[in-house]
Amino acid sequence: MNEIVTALLLVLGSLFSFVAALGMLRLPDTVIRMHAATKAGTLGAGLILIAVAFFYADLGITLRALAAITFLLLTAPVAAHLIGRAAYYSGIRLWKKTWIDQLKDRYHPGQTDR
Amino acid sequence: MAADTAFVVFAGRFALVVLLMSIFLALARLIKGPDAADRIVALDLVSVLIVAFLAAYSIFSGETAFLDVAIGYALIAFLGTVALARFLMRSAMRRSETANLADKASNDE
Repeated sequence: MNEIVTALLLVLGSLFSFVAALGMLRLPDTVIRMHAATKAGTLGAGLILIAVAFFYADLGITLRALAAITFLLLTAPVAAHLIGRAAYYSGIRLWKKTWIDQLKDRYHPGQTDR
Repeated sequence: MAADTAFVVFAGRFALVVLLMSIFLALARLIKGPDAADRIVALDLVSVLIVAFLAAYSIFSGETAFLDVAIGYALIAFLGTVALARFLMRSAMRRSETANLADKASNDE
């Protein structure tokens, strides 16, 4: 029973990670790519860590896997927020079909060249 | 306790291969750029994928120590991402400050 769940979670988690990496390669601009990296990537890694907890079925391992998942869930939004702010501030080019940019005139002090 | 049932071994091998392919796809974005911010995002994804790879390898090899390695790696990778993002933010701010100063100087003349 545990091994069926382990195998299922391993396959599912690796496929989600693959989708994240594919999105990283194929999506059009930085902010859209962050969407793939932070959500699908965290989900994939979390599923594989749950697979580890199911495979060993041991209290210490389960707690360590849960700690790793909690840490990923806590740090992914913080890192994404920092990167997104820095990316917008450094003047990345948005996708050409972007039609709402609410920060447009507020957040680009002294950057008229891009 | 290593993975001994046939389909767990197969699933583990599948997961390792797919994760390795994902890491290479993210590395392609890391090389392609085109901006510093893109590279930081790609590096962040690569480190999350390496955490997943380490967890999958701990199932595949039956060595629980790899789970501790994964936790430690996640910690260090987060610090690295934060440091790179702050570096990018700071250099962008400095650039805009000098641009503002140049603006002001040209207005004063």
